[in-house]
Amino acid sequence: MNQTSVTSMQRVLTTLGHREPDRVPFFLLATLHGAKEVGLPIKTYFSDPANVVEGQMRLLAKYRHDCIYSFFYAPVEIAAFGGEVIFTDDGPPNSGEPVIKKTGDIKNLAVPDVKNTPCLEKVLTATHRLKERVKDTVPIIGVVMSPFSLPVMQMGFDRYFDLMYDKPDLFAHLMQVNQAFCVEWANAQLAAGATAICYFDPVSSTTITTRDMYLKTGFTVAGQTLAKINGPTATHMASGRCLPIIDDIAGTGTAAVGVSCHEDIALVKNACRGKLTVIGNLNGIEMCRWSSEDAENHVKAVIAKAGAGGGCILSDNHGEIPFQVPDDVLMAISEAVHTWGRYPLD
Amino acid sequence: MTDKIVDAFTRALVDVDRLAAKQIVQNRGHDASPVKFAEDVVLPALESIGAGWQAGTFALSQVYMAGRICEDLIDQILPPEDPDRKNQPKMAICILSDHHKLGKIIVYSFLRASGFDLADYGVMEVDDLVEQVQKDSIEILLISVLMLPSALKIKAVKQKLDRLRCDVKLIVGGAPFRFDDRLWKTVGADAMCRDASDAVSVIENIMKGMA
Ligand code: B12
Repeated sequence: MNQTSVTSMQRVLTTLGHREPDRVPFFLLATLHGAKEVGLPIKTYFSDPANVVEGQMRLLAKYRHDCIYSFFYAPVEIAAFGGEVIFTDDGPPNSGEPVIKKTGDIKNLAVPDVKNTPCLEKVLTATHRLKERVKDTVPIIGVVMSPFSLPVMQMGFDRYFDLMYDKPDLFAHLMQVNQAFCVEWANAQLAAGATAICYFDPVSSTTITTRDMYLKTGFTVAGQTLAKINGPTATHMASGRCLPIIDDIAGTGTAAVGVSCHEDIALVKNACRGKLTVIGNLNGIEMCRWSSEDAENHVKAVIAKAGAGGGCILSDNHGEIPFQVPDDVLMAISEAVHTWGRYPLD
Repeated sequence: MTDKIVDAFTRALVDVDRLAAKQIVQNRGHDASPVKFAEDVVLPALESIGAGWQAGTFALSQVYMAGRICEDLIDQILPPEDPDRKNQPKMAICILSDHHKLGKIIVYSFLRASGFDLADYGVMEVDDLVEQVQKDSIEILLISVLMLPSALKIKAVKQKLDRLRCDVKLIVGGAPFRFDDRLWKTVGADAMCRDASDAVSVIENIMKGMA
């Protein structure tokens, strides 16, 4: 295929079909760098969807990558549940005190109404306007937290583990509430113009839970949830490990998986061949101190290990580039993909 | 013999089998003092679970539950005020700036289960932390973070403590340090731990230097 005539959408669809497009697709999953591009503080940037549209469009033009990332930040879902979002000047917003203060609160937890929640509406508006700008040429990646991973922000990690081990009934109820929300939230983003949904599920990673626990919990929840989402999905482990559960992940009905830099992407690619596309696995945190040469070498290594035969999207390993990563490094990554990612690879 | 007990205890912990773990503690025999049991059985078990987590064979859920179970069991045989816990440098642990408590909870459990005692400062910002450390004459300060911007703030803690001539050793840990193995030096820490169980040997090394 001729590089200039191929759109990002075609490139990505080809690789998802486990065939080789003109070059390895590149997802620059940057949120905070949009604020840098438009010259606004992070909090102001996310307060108006117009800023996010402008930020994403500028990132696309500057780094010539292959997606729009309509994700704002994970705690937007916590805000929807009535929780607090804490902004900082130099990093992603975080969730504040848990909305579930006592385990008993789970019984009274209501599913937020996606269509009437201002913080979610902003994301939907941005998605819609981005779709008007890129039409079908560039895939728009929307984001949801998995019903199984969201409780860490809803109630704190320690209490969530206690719930998982000791209170199966309340755990099941929380999953029901979160599933209902997740499905509605994903489908609203798809209706607004998102091409696919990235399902963030690091609590399912073997970094966090055992495979036994996963099969009883995160796996079942993912299967049920993804079946109700009206579009393609990719599962992201947010830099948690996944090699021992690759076949299980494929069984949840997802099309792709985000891979940690703590795993050898060659092994993961082998396990995924023909079943799942791998997305990864550059180390975003280390990236803060990379030279242009480091960036080029890391990109070359991922392409050499996982590029052959398609089924591979070059990206960071977490699904978000830290604010501290210099533009030069992002540019070097982009240039390296454009130089070394051309098929046929040699 | 001890090896077998350590293996059985480790198994009970990773299976989250509280009863089996409790039985091993109860059957430890009269000659095993609580401190000796913590050193010979609990610590090696927690260390192998920590190492298994780093290697990808165990999950964090097991690390967390193991810490919880051990902390409870050890508290029963070695209460917080037990004089055996006392002969230690003054230590404190905190979370810097972010609201993610799990790392600190695990490290705190592991250290207490290994026979150490330490103050828990909870979530702190830079200036309050420096003030508290100076006031309490802390000798070893453990800091846990989850977010990169919080990790970067450790640099300011270090600078302010130096300016006040506080002779405090800084041990840091948390996800950002596991993704960049040079970050701890950049922020001016004395040591970094990849998992909670590493803390014991790092503290023991620092204690040797202090002696
Ligand atoms: C699960 C997960 C999630 C879940 C739950 C997160 C949570 N805890 O609230 C979800 C999906 C909700 C999520 C969301 C986000 N996440 Co997240 N997530 C993870 C993941 C996979 C595990 C995090 C975790 O809680 N681990 C449990 C703790 C206990 O592990 P730990 O810190 O490593 O601690 C161990 C050791 O390091 C050690 N230790 C810890 N502290 C100390 C201290 C001392 C003194 C010692 C000795 C040892 C020690 O002991 C512990 C056990 O042995 C990590 C990546 C990873 N592979 O670790 C990313 C990660 C933490 N996430 C990250 C980010 C950025 C986010 C978001 C801000 C994304 C966004 N833009 O919205 C949100 C914020 C969430 C919030 N609460 O506000 C980044 C943070 C670093 C950064 N880039 O700034 C990470 C590191 C991913 C990455 N590779 O960049 N995330």
